[in-house]
Amino acid sequence: MEAAEIPRLCRDCGDLRPVSLTDHRSRCPNCGSPRLIAHAELTDLSIAHIDCDAFYATVEKREDPSLIEKPVIVGGGRRGVVSAACYVARRFGVRSAMPMFKALSLCPDAVVIRPRMELYAQVGRQVRAIMRDATPLVEALSIDEAFLDLTGTAKLHRAVPAETLAKLARQIEAELGVTVSIGLAPNKFLAKMASEIDKPRGFAVVGRNDIRAFLDPQPIRALWGVGPKLEEKLQRDGYKTIGDLFAVGRDRLIERYGSTGLHLSQLAAGEDARKIEPGRESKSVSAETTFNNDLIGAEALHAELWPLAEKVSRRMKRENVAARTIVLTLRTTKFKRFSRRIGVQPPTQLATVLFETAQKLLAPLADAEPYRLIGVGGTDLVPPEGADTSDLVDPTRGRTAAVERAIDALRAKHGNASITKGRGFKPT
Amino acid sequence: MKFSIERAALLRALAHVQSVVERRNTIPILSNVMLKAEKGELSLSATDMDLEILETVPAEVSSGGATTAPAHTLYDIVRKLPDKGAVEFESNGEQTTLSVRAGRSNFKLGCLPTEDFPQMAGSSLPHAFELGASDLKTLIDRARFAISTEETRYYLNGIYLHAAKSGDVAVLRAVATDGHRLARVEMPLPDGAGKMPGIIVPRKTVAEIRKLIEESNGSIGVSLSDTKIRFAVDDVVLTSKLIDGTFPDYERVIPSGNDKVLEVDPRTFAQAVDRVATIATEKTRAVKLSIDRGQLTVSANSPESGSASEELEVNYSATPLEIGFNSRYLLDITQQIEGDGCRLLIADSASPTVIRDTSDASALYVLMPMRV
Repeated sequence: MEAAEIPRLCRDCGDLRPVSLTDHRSRCPNCGSPRLIAHAELTDLSIAHIDCDAFYATVEKREDPSLIEKPVIVGGGRRGVVSAACYVARRFGVRSAMPMFKALSLCPDAVVIRPRMELYAQVGRQVRAIMRDATPLVEALSIDEAFLDLTGTAKLHRAVPAETLAKLARQIEAELGVTVSIGLAPNKFLAKMASEIDKPRGFAVVGRNDIRAFLDPQPIRALWGVGPKLEEKLQRDGYKTIGDLFAVGRDRLIERYGSTGLHLSQLAAGEDARKIEPGRESKSVSAETTFNNDLIGAEALHAELWPLAEKVSRRMKRENVAARTIVLTLRTTKFKRFSRRIGVQPPTQLATVLFETAQKLLAPLADAEPYRLIGVGGTDLVPPEGADTSDLVDPTRGRTAAVERAIDALRAKHGNASITKGRGFKPT
Repeated sequence: MKFSIERAALLRALAHVQSVVERRNTIPILSNVMLKAEKGELSLSATDMDLEILETVPAEVSSGGATTAPAHTLYDIVRKLPDKGAVEFESNGEQTTLSVRAGRSNFKLGCLPTEDFPQMAGSSLPHAFELGASDLKTLIDRARFAISTEETRYYLNGIYLHAAKSGDVAVLRAVATDGHRLARVEMPLPDGAGKMPGIIVPRKTVAEIRKLIEESNGSIGVSLSDTKIRFAVDDVVLTSKLIDGTFPDYERVIPSGNDKVLEVDPRTFAQAVDRVATIATEKTRAVKLSIDRGQLTVSANSPESGSASEELEVNYSATPLEIGFNSRYLLDITQQIEGDGCRLLIADSASPTVIRDTSDASALYVLMPMRV
């Protein structure tokens, strides 16, 4: 009997050939690379999740090559948290969202860099542009990760999706100096989990025949839609792993949890019918800042709010969106984070409106207690047509818009510092 | 507490009362109606903390007392009871359960103590006057469609009611606007309203009082202060907080120099707009009015569904003009015009247009055009 064969792809030279299941040679016969990936369903799968590795930190290392060997932490201020840690820093135990003092006690030699969101957003857009050359079905989840549907692209690229993805990873690395990890699977849920398996610079495949072996030992928290609350409830009911949920069966889960139960049973079975939705990018635009010292009172908080409103406004104008809802976020010194939101009519992309609306939301809260963080954002985004027009009650909005556009034009020409609104002015 | 009451009268009162009670409540007692039986009368009251209703109905009271029971449940029960006959109520000694009996039906409802039932602080309402039910109806109907639902400008979420001068005549004016359209309706100032402050009556209160006067032909007693308003309609008393804010200076946005006069038959015009709007894009609902000497073309264009146009004979002698409007807003306004003529006073395609009834000067509407 002839030994069974499975497809094997070299991620460095793109060599794709069937190999015997018993073939354990660990290097590509074509280029000698050890980065081989062999899987029975390798040429059948077409849904991928691509996640940039330690994105902010990687971009910073690209910008300053002297940092390459050093542990790099991107995060804000004396009391900020870690936004991203490079893989050198991670070896010391540094993780994202860890308070900075803790990260620094674990890794005192780390180079701490203040986040440069504009730069990361720009690189993120370049990454997505490369993805979109491979398929129009790119659904960005955040600045540095996206789902891709490569179904039906084999003819166009003269390559199966796995080959296209490997090439994409090489291209992003070569052109942008950013490495990515890829998860290839039959659907979004599995693809997202798969991309975690082999980080960084990874490529992992979860096929239809791997579903049970892969999912069963995973904690229920890994299921899409299971937050801390539901996790607690499920654990109380005796479910710890995805395998536990799968074993109990669909009907019991529906009986116990209703429509959530149906959702859980489908995910636990590795089913996910969600489509890749390219239009879903950026559902809100926001900016926040953590203070060096706790702040209380309207005056102090307003001073922090204005530059954030300008930042959010700048991004909304650049991304050609307007907000119908404005959100104010605060974090108390006891780490309690909460937000207040309010609708605006007509929709807006103006810093002035963002600021004044957030100010109103802040008014009853400003003196209540000290805060360590403030943020403002626009959500419920719509195209900017019809935004910021004057109406019968507010005949000035159109004029405010014209003033801001004039300021934007001046700044585009002469730089940010060339002109500033009175409330943003700080004598030097 | 024990009493018996005619089903029809009870149903009518409960219908009023349950309407004030919010469907979803985080505070349980706010879902309840307070029932108080004494001296041949049952009084029912409910509140949402901003709006309070009190209604009295004759009842056969064999032992007086009070309790609170879930308003929507009670309403549903009474609604489903057979048409004719009486309903008997009895609560136990601790007032913790209420039994409802009619014919062969028996219900037991959980109650909450009356001490927990919130009541609006009584305060003096120094301005009082009477309004005819039909006058108040007109005032509300012609203004309410323009009330805004926008949260940021909460002071637009109601009807602005105030005493004003129209030429030399003292009037009571109702104004509402959402920024896109404005309605201003007036009637002769009733006695006692001369010194009333300008007040903003919230949307929900407007809706509730409108329902109550639907069934009434008499006169409505209105009393108010700068924070509260009270309406007395037959056996019902509705008391509401007012919106604490400043209504914008609306006079400023009513254009006075619009010199292009278009006169249309309001019904023919409304039908044409309605027909053509079938094609208008769902999002903007925009229709275009192309006006030439004696003739008006209403048209709509939508990339998805196609195009439509309809021609009308009109009175117009100024320079030809094109102007766009939200069709729904146009219809809202034309539907309020009862006379045979509707006059549009237009400046240009970008400025607000004034719309009036040619035979009735009491109402005036302002509408912002749309770019088409």
